[in-house]
Amino acid sequence: MSILIDRNTRVMTQGITGKTGAFHTRLCRDYADGKACFVAGVNPSKAGENFEGIPIYGTVRDAKQQTGATVSVIYVPPPFAASAIDEAVDADLDLVICITEGVPVRDMIATRNRMRGKKTILVGPNCPGVITPDEIKIGIMPGHIHKKGRIGVVSRSGTLTYEAVGQLMDLGLGQSTCVGIGGDPVNGLKHVDVMRLFNDDPDTDAVIMVGEIGGDDEETCARWIKAYMKKPVVGFIAGVTAPPGKRMGHAGAIISGGKGTATEKLAVMEECGIKVTRNPAEMATLLKSVL
Amino acid sequence: MNVHEYQGKEILRKFGVATPRGVPCFSVAEADAAARQLGGKVWVVKAQIHAGGRGKGGGVKVAKSLQEVHDFATKILGMTLVTHQTGPEGRLVRRLLVEEGADIRKELYAGMVVDRSTQRVTLMASSEGGMEIEEVAAQHPEKIHKVAIDPETGLTERQADEVARKIGVPDASIVQARAFMQGLYRAFVECDASLAEINPLIITGRGDVLALDAKLNFDSNALFRHPDIVAMRDLDEEDPAEVEASKYDLSYISLGGNIGCLVNGAGLAMATMDTIKLFGAEPANFLDVGGGATAQKVTEAFKLMLKNPAVKGILVNIFGGIMRCDTIAEGVIAAAKEVKLNVPLVVRMKGTNEDLGRKALAASGLPIISADNMADAAKKIVAAVNGRQGRST
Repeated sequence: MSILIDRNTRVMTQGITGKTGAFHTRLCRDYADGKACFVAGVNPSKAGENFEGIPIYGTVRDAKQQTGATVSVIYVPPPFAASAIDEAVDADLDLVICITEGVPVRDMIATRNRMRGKKTILVGPNCPGVITPDEIKIGIMPGHIHKKGRIGVVSRSGTLTYEAVGQLMDLGLGQSTCVGIGGDPVNGLKHVDVMRLFNDDPDTDAVIMVGEIGGDDEETCARWIKAYMKKPVVGFIAGVTAPPGKRMGHAGAIISGGKGTATEKLAVMEECGIKVTRNPAEMATLLKSVL
Repeated sequence: MNVHEYQGKEILRKFGVATPRGVPCFSVAEADAAARQLGGKVWVVKAQIHAGGRGKGGGVKVAKSLQEVHDFATKILGMTLVTHQTGPEGRLVRRLLVEEGADIRKELYAGMVVDRSTQRVTLMASSEGGMEIEEVAAQHPEKIHKVAIDPETGLTERQADEVARKIGVPDASIVQARAFMQGLYRAFVECDASLAEINPLIITGRGDVLALDAKLNFDSNALFRHPDIVAMRDLDEEDPAEVEASKYDLSYISLGGNIGCLVNGAGLAMATMDTIKLFGAEPANFLDVGGGATAQKVTEAFKLMLKNPAVKGILVNIFGGIMRCDTIAEGVIAAAKEVKLNVPLVVRMKGTNEDLGRKALAASGLPIISADNMADAAKKIVAAVNGRQGRST
């Protein structure tokens, strides 16, 4: 098993004909069971056409009805990304993974507000996506660095997730599912939501939690872990050296008003019984030590 | 993106948020003219820089005559203002705001931020105006009142009135305070602000509610909607290296150390900086070349790092995913040749085509130190830089 997605997941790509969408849909289709998983594309002006054999529909609703796809991945440009999420939510999809980077926060506030009480789960925006190795990858992560296994990975950052995966692979540890939740301040799944799913997944034995400066999602997750988590979790927080008031690449990675520092997050995680490392080269060895 | 106080007030006035009358000035003559034009008997001469704490640093003066306006303007324009937010090097004052003096009866605080946990814009207000809000939060958290604003309804009259009463706005000024808070919210949303801070918000002797100061930050992801705000950008207030970097779509931030780092991905870049510190040195910069780094981008990134005279060594840390390590290696080699690199360079590459990348680096004939992992890379660059410093002394 795994969380969120597996080889039976059926996916549509919103923004399939754009440069990024086309490039990554191809890579996702070519990964593991991707050919069976990636069944539709959405583009209002290209309905009836196809992308290398994948049929294109005018709306998310059409794509869902015609193909049974219940998951969407979004690559549309930032000014239109939030309304693409809205469309997927209105079509009652199960899961929407928004890769697009640079979505205005105001748009996400409105979209998240519309999502209240709806069943759709959102991952992202500004995230690498989700992968269940050797079954399906939805997003922009390099598939070949992963292999199937029993370690869960959840992270706000892309390449730092790949780093964690690379270290696991060096120790021969595969992954159940890796979730990149993204670096934006207003987004879908948070660390704690993904941790809940890993806790309930019989095929996940332990979790690497990678965080970064800004907000208090990691602290919230740490407190939840202390109360409910049945499996070992190890953690790393990027940004001990980040100066306050400076946005470190990600829109959400900023220390403001003295809040959201890496030191503070690490302290709370340790208080909650999570093994943390200050050396990002040791994420996987630390995890191996708690198995 | 930040704007100056006078620009923030210009924006706020469009949304019905009242401020004292004022005129931005770029010279002493303009300040003299502004004071005459404003009239009255008291003026405030305010340094315009993108940093707080200007008053304590001597950048805000109350003038009781036209002569004093002239004297203060002369003194403040061109001064290097040091505040707790500028760092010890301070900031050169190039612009002034000359305002009519206000009859302050009460100093309050109003701020707006995007709250990540509620995923809403949140109004924070306090009776403790004029102080650092972080201090108030630490010492008197009960004096900060928060309202999470529903994006469907906006800030309602009831919410605005309730907050106004809680922070001690007198009954006679409640209607004005309501217009103020609701205007602030509309300005925040319609201009895609990421932070708004009015400190202090004042009640005057006549009961008027005014923004005596205004600090606005804007969501850089939304600037495409606001050419008028983009036009307010003041490049003099930004780090030239960061401005240069943005031209090449590089995310760069100057830091105080001596080891330059070039990394793909923001999280990995921060982690790399942290590793450098862990092994006893300090990073000179944050530099994320992004996912689609080309040889040209890597070259520009090298040039940028080496413009900083403090840089005594460079650490390149790349996790090749879709971007292949051999492509990055070519970029590093081209850059090292073009900039005639004369400081130690440690390269760590992992991921797609890492073997090809390493071979290319080894075959280049350049004195590049190769590293196996992040910790190894950090140790090697710290040792190389320290060894070099050892030799030169």
